[in-house]
Amino acid sequence: MITLEFIINALSLGSTYALLALGMVIVYGILKLVNFAYGELIMIGGYSLFVLSLGPRLPWFVMAVLAVGVAVLTSWLTERVAFRPVRDKSLTAMLITSFAVSTLLQNAALLIISPRARAVPLPSLFSESVVLLGQSVPWRNILAIVTSVVLLLLLVVLLRRTVLGIALRAAADNFRMTRMLGIPANLVISLAFAISGLLAGVVALFWVGRTASVTPTIGAAPLLVAFVATVIGGMRSLEGAVLGGYVYGIVFSLIGVLLPQALLEFREAFMFIIVILIILFRPEGLIRGGAPSRRAG
Amino acid sequence: MLTVQNMSVRYGAIAAIRDVSLSVKQGELVALIGVNGAGKTTTLSTIAGALRPFQGSITLDGEPIQGRQPEYITRRGIALVPEGREIFGSLSVAENLTLGGFVRRNRGERERDIQEMVELFPILGERMRQAGGTLSGGEQQQLAIARALMSHPKLLMLDEPSLGLSPVLVDQIFELIGRLHGRGVTILLVEQNVERTLDLVDRAYLLHTGTVEVEGTPAHIREFVDVESVYLGERGRKA
Repeated sequence: MITLEFIINALSLGSTYALLALGMVIVYGILKLVNFAYGELIMIGGYSLFVLSLGPRLPWFVMAVLAVGVAVLTSWLTERVAFRPVRDKSLTAMLITSFAVSTLLQNAALLIISPRARAVPLPSLFSESVVLLGQSVPWRNILAIVTSVVLLLLLVVLLRRTVLGIALRAAADNFRMTRMLGIPANLVISLAFAISGLLAGVVALFWVGRTASVTPTIGAAPLLVAFVATVIGGMRSLEGAVLGGYVYGIVFSLIGVLLPQALLEFREAFMFIIVILIILFRPEGLIRGGAPSRRAG
Repeated sequence: MLTVQNMSVRYGAIAAIRDVSLSVKQGELVALIGVNGAGKTTTLSTIAGALRPFQGSITLDGEPIQGRQPEYITRRGIALVPEGREIFGSLSVAENLTLGGFVRRNRGERERDIQEMVELFPILGERMRQAGGTLSGGEQQQLAIARALMSHPKLLMLDEPSLGLSPVLVDQIFELIGRLHGRGVTILLVEQNVERTLDLVDRAYLLHTGTVEVEGTPAHIREFVDVESVYLGERGRKA
């Protein structure tokens, strides 16, 4: 039933999904592109941890920061090398490019590392629990909540208190007009991809933390989660993405508790029924956001 | 200051404007007038870099700027207040103004400029924290003009600033344009309100089906053009 442990688990899942959805929608808002290579950034983050564990012994925190950095760099590079050259082409060209980048990164992991799962180093804290109000709560879940809240607050400061952040919000609203104010398109789009990579990198730490392993296809599940959460929250709103992530995580956790044992294997099917109901009543998501604007190009 | 020579713009195979030439000197208030579809907005959008000319040249203080990116052209000193205002509805008035001053790197300068805009547009001072999308049409137009002025442009281009506003607000907007001109701001104005525009400007160009038909002082334009017919969407030239 609804216990403290359940609440923390649900919030932990929701926090992770909120970061995932935000990372996807921050690029979608400007380019109108559902970046199918987004899941691979999580894979890159996971493999970075694995590769770093093979070298000189580093504190886990340092490895985690470096892994997130690699995800940021990869995201920025995909924009610079793959998306920028086709940005003024059709949306179809952009979508195909995102599939190509996704396939390329997956195959690179397959060929360079291995198709088999590789163990990633995790701090002992990830497997420990703390007793709160007489209930055992995993530290990993508490860390996920705290990290997400801190990251979201930092993003709020960036997006509301800095000129570049305001420019990023404006670009999601009306990219053409943003450029008309002298704000360089490349700068804003690069920043969006870098933030997207940062969020994917942080999520990667907690995603691979569940199984302590990484595979070339690990990005598929978080990509789907990010997409569904943004659809729930609203594709044109950053706040909507965060809300969608929390709604997805909390509802998914609730279904797990409320469904009878025999139906638990259909948990995802029930989740998607709820998503369909939300879309039926709120086709534009829980938060509508601004009017649709033309994509950057 | 601004010189456009033989500029043509095409949408696919269709020519939107053909061989348009015009100039704006420092401190002048110049208008482009004409019926819907004459090519006025296309001309402004091309100067601002949103469209690429098929042929012809655009120079600002002698520097060719045709085909350059919009952000470059804004940094060189041209600011456009587009038709429909296009303010950022989810951003506050203060944030809209801050972005208008993006090309001014110094934060202190930006803050001073915002204060100056508040003095020029007092209503914006009362709405600083309000989302741009919640302002009235007239307030939005003032915000759009203030946002453009934040970049200290050499040339301010206004596209249909009175469009969709009530008669009282139209009066206010024309009064504001006159005030800006009085302060030495160089303005290229696109308007359908021909009579009011000709009362205000130094010179005007009449566009018809994508070409300049008549240019000159308001008196000269009135001599050749039946102003009422421009309202009615007719050719405009007197017999």
